[in-house]
Amino acid sequence: MQQTRDSIKDIWGKRSPYKGDWPVRVDEQIEEEPDKWVQSACVLCSNGCGMDIGVKDGKIVGVRGRAVDIVNHGRLGPKGLNGWVANNSADRLKRPLIRKNGKLEESSWDEAMELIVKKSKEVIEKQTSLGIGFYTSGQLFLEEYYTLAVIGKAGLGTPHMDGNTRLCTATAAAALKVSFGSDGQPGSYTDIDTTEAILHVGHNVASQQTVLWMRILDRLEGENPPKLVVIDPRKTFTAEKATVHLAPITGTNIPVMNGLLNLIIDSGRINKEFIENHTVGFEELKQIVAKWPPERVEEVSGVPAAKLREAAEILGSASTLVSTALQGVYQSMQATAAAVQVNNLHLIRGLIGRPGCGIYQMNGQPTAQNNRECGADGDLPGFRNWGNKEHIAELATLWNVDPDIIPHWSPPTHAMQIWRYAEQGLISLLWISGTNPAVSMPELQRIRNILDKEDLFVIVQDPFMTETAERADVVLPAAIWGEKTGCFTNVDRTVHISHKAIEPPGEARSDLDIFIDYAKRMDFRDKDGDPLIKWQTSEEAFEAWKQCSKGRPCDYSGMSYSKLSQGSGIQWPCNEQFPDGTPHLYTTHLFNTSANICETYGYDLDTGAAVTAEEYKAIDPKGKAFLKGTDYQQPYEIPDDLYPLWLTTGRQVYHFHTRTKTGRSKALSDAAPDAFIQISEEDAARYGIKEGEMIVVESRRGKVIEPAKIGGVEPGLVFIPFHYGYWDKSDRPRAANELTLSEWDPVSKQPHFKYAAVRITKADAGIIESTADKIEKAADTIKSKLKSQEA
Amino acid sequence: MHIGQYIDLVHRTEIDLVKAFKKVAKAHGDEPDVYQTCQLLASWSQKLVEEFEPIVKRYKEESDKEPDRLTQTLLKDTRKGGLALLRDLHDLYLITTEVKVCCTILKQASDGLRDKDLTAMCEEIERQTTRQLSWLLTRAKQAAPQTLIVAK
Repeated sequence: MQQTRDSIKDIWGKRSPYKGDWPVRVDEQIEEEPDKWVQSACVLCSNGCGMDIGVKDGKIVGVRGRAVDIVNHGRLGPKGLNGWVANNSADRLKRPLIRKNGKLEESSWDEAMELIVKKSKEVIEKQTSLGIGFYTSGQLFLEEYYTLAVIGKAGLGTPHMDGNTRLCTATAAAALKVSFGSDGQPGSYTDIDTTEAILHVGHNVASQQTVLWMRILDRLEGENPPKLVVIDPRKTFTAEKATVHLAPITGTNIPVMNGLLNLIIDSGRINKEFIENHTVGFEELKQIVAKWPPERVEEVSGVPAAKLREAAEILGSASTLVSTALQGVYQSMQATAAAVQVNNLHLIRGLIGRPGCGIYQMNGQPTAQNNRECGADGDLPGFRNWGNKEHIAELATLWNVDPDIIPHWSPPTHAMQIWRYAEQGLISLLWISGTNPAVSMPELQRIRNILDKEDLFVIVQDPFMTETAERADVVLPAAIWGEKTGCFTNVDRTVHISHKAIEPPGEARSDLDIFIDYAKRMDFRDKDGDPLIKWQTSEEAFEAWKQCSKGRPCDYSGMSYSKLSQGSGIQWPCNEQFPDGTPHLYTTHLFNTSANICETYGYDLDTGAAVTAEEYKAIDPKGKAFLKGTDYQQPYEIPDDLYPLWLTTGRQVYHFHTRTKTGRSKALSDAAPDAFIQISEEDAARYGIKEGEMIVVESRRGKVIEPAKIGGVEPGLVFIPFHYGYWDKSDRPRAANELTLSEWDPVSKQPHFKYAAVRITKADAGIIESTADKIEKAADTIKSKLKSQEA
Repeated sequence: MHIGQYIDLVHRTEIDLVKAFKKVAKAHGDEPDVYQTCQLLASWSQKLVEEFEPIVKRYKEESDKEPDRLTQTLLKDTRKGGLALLRDLHDLYLITTEVKVCCTILKQASDGLRDKDLTAMCEEIERQTTRQLSWLLTRAKQAAPQTLIVAK
């Protein structure tokens, strides 16, 4: 193997100190010298690094960063450099599988698809299309999401479409909609090149978007480095570099953010003219945050008043600021309300719509943005508003269908509710593509029970036999990145094309081909009797999407496959006015809040109650941004005598999601082979726990057994990475989500993975063996029982 | 003067509303959002009940205990089965509306009396009942198609 750097040992590589233009560094890793390089981009986090795929004899043999790309300037992180080997795994799914007599057996595509069509029609007959739900991913391509969105919304007419993007990025979308009227990140990664200050809230960027962190590290080493404020309960790689690190107690983002805003408003370091001309709601926000003087913040959040003042000094005095938020905000209490406070910080200081001033409500997954744009999740295509009849009419005209077939009587069903309906028997067919809920959803025993339900027909479309696929009734082998062509969009709205480099293994097919095949077999038609899906190839699907997005904030109409294949990715909106794309949104400070444009009429931040069209029209801000706030609310489950510790979950630098791909790279797997429980030195001493000892962790919902890792967290808090399930190791319960809660944010509906009350005890060998044994036996019994009954 | 009767009516109906939200929360624990939001909304009403007490005392002589006709018939027992959640949310909507109507009527008299404290109290109750109603309607609308078309 040849590589330009060892990204396992040195995650971020050599520094290139700079201010202004970020120097190029091309990272490369190959097994053999490729015959050709094929343009693509990385799909192992939301950063969206431009990448070439090296191909030799029809096989992927390596990758290299694209020097010309605006996102990464040639760099790649450890996941990007090593994760590609998963394509070549021997255990890829190669033929469709159908459950017969309780066992998954190989079948033809015809047989599998006909069974899916037969089941769909049976469910529609009994329950209408309300009995059908789709649970997708942040991994498919734009063309696939859009095609599925049209099938679901105009073919079947079901409101039950969402993705595991709900678990990772729903709050980003919700917060942007609440403040600016629509989804869409205001800034550009180039903001980092010049900014004076950076704020990371609940975002361990060093581990999550390693290449973005390289850019920040290079700034930190260059001239006039930016000051860095990090809000995170753990001393992460990111926190270690902070000028000021605030470590709030779990669930107290709102007190900290309200406290920071209060100090900034109080010191008068706000842009009064901007507030007056471009926002609504300042007086109310001021009253809300005024209740949070630093001393009260300290009392509730544990963040020392002096440190809060230091942070406010930086954030209040910088003339340019880049802020990011991720799961520490999105998966915690009052998620949307806290994320909105980050937007508010920029609005009250007028730091938006110009170079150096960016807000990144981060996405977790590489193509999550496209699920939001294309509407295969709980949104409508093109950021359209389900409450706006004109928006529905636009879609109906575009698709040539009766507007009434498009479900728009209430917001599209969110993921947690889809699973609840399946639990209640109110959804009887659940189609899961490119995601692994049996490891990634909260409260896994409940999810397993739902997947195993006799009255639920489960379709899983995946490249691998995941923990979820094992429980499916039909498994469809999917082609992945490198094996199909399509586009996807990163956090700063940069759209990349990823070309097909090799053939998929066996009979595996792209998700696009599978969805189009389903549409044909279901015979979905438009008003004139023509096929509803009028495209066959990914390029035709992209052209259809361009039409759908035209005139909306996420306008792709000026792009084409050939334009995207010329060099760097391109930032939307890209249209006649901006043929080369747009680095910054809102440069004129006109936001997407007008009643006829906005993607939502808004929500009550405490309850999620929807504002009606009439109510919104009465207060139509006509392009001004919303300043909204709310007061602190304690989490519903807090540590007590029985479960005295806080649990929080998170990621590791070497893995992505449930490791379906990264776990199949030996280098990545060896770098982070197993789950663990991280506890503070104080708690380790209190419980008499030594490094590496096996610990039983229990919540009210389940139990895991993990080796102890001591240090790096606050006393009273324990941390478990969420990546690890059972496909490669099932000798003990180890998935963090055995413990987590089925509850969610009232606005974004994103589940609260960041806290739960747990207790810990030292495990003895006997417990480990017997528990593992019980779990496997119970699972087998349930599976065989249910499935044999069904057969 | 009959204003005491309305003050008493608003106060007692708000107390009933606390109980009703708690009852529905308890009955639908399997719906985490309903459970948590109903508890939150019960806490809002509880706070209003307490803030209202000094005014209730001030007008005590005019009060008479007319039984609350509406809350006695609604939500006596929370329901079971496919329709349960929708019907319980519907009942909560009616009880909350009762609080709101009583309060709107009371505020008219309060304006006439120029009782600034009472008027402010009425405005706060109206504001909160509006938010409560808004959530109840949002959640009921969400549940309606699946309940009325699919549920057995």
